[in-house]
Amino acid sequence: MSIETADLVTAVLLVIGAFFMFVGAVGVVRMPDLFMRMSATTKSVTLGVSFMLAAVAVHFNELGLGSRAIATIVFVFITAPIAAHMIGRAGYARQVELWHGTIADELRGRYDPETGELISKPPVHHPERLPSDGTD
Amino acid sequence: MTLTDLALYIILPILSVALILAVSRLIRGPKMPDRVVALDLMVTLGMGLIAVYAIATDQAVFLDVATVLALISFLGTTAFAYYLQRRPEA
Repeated sequence: MSIETADLVTAVLLVIGAFFMFVGAVGVVRMPDLFMRMSATTKSVTLGVSFMLAAVAVHFNELGLGSRAIATIVFVFITAPIAAHMIGRAGYARQVELWHGTIADELRGRYDPETGELISKPPVHHPERLPSDGTD
Repeated sequence: MTLTDLALYIILPILSVALILAVSRLIRGPKMPDRVVALDLMVTLGMGLIAVYAIATDQAVFLDVATVLALISFLGTTAFAYYLQRRPEA
């Protein structure tokens, strides 16, 4: 790979990474509740930082440095979902307000915020989801 | 336009604006978990800044700083999450 090609690949990786990180930051400001904000940072910004580290690996073109960059990418990809999961759990336990347009909250009514216990209920019917046959 | 110019005059300003947006969420809140998310985002943006700076200055040593930052960020976020879940108030 010639110098120019390597520089071009690095530049493209940098621009893509910067785009994803900027989108993640905008999402954190614009999204209406905690869980959506978390989704913005966890997915978009993780991908963006991986592109940046890949750009570093391409730019310096050394075995030791590249393997370290790849190890960092793998580490970020493993830990970002774990951290987001833990914050989300803590947020739900603290009863952070959900957005008014939220359509699914499968823990509603099954989580006791006083004791932190999860209650398993028998499967419930959703009469509003069944097609009505007009007899009742 | 060289790679250094691109990194210094385009990528770094974009990341700086993103960092300012993250700080605005850190200040506005409204609850503690939102601030923790903003802090996590800031550390990740810092990793990106360090990577870009390493390319701009041709100093490969900075990559190690980004790695250590990733480790510390995960520990910090996990500790914050534990703390938030244990403490009922605040």
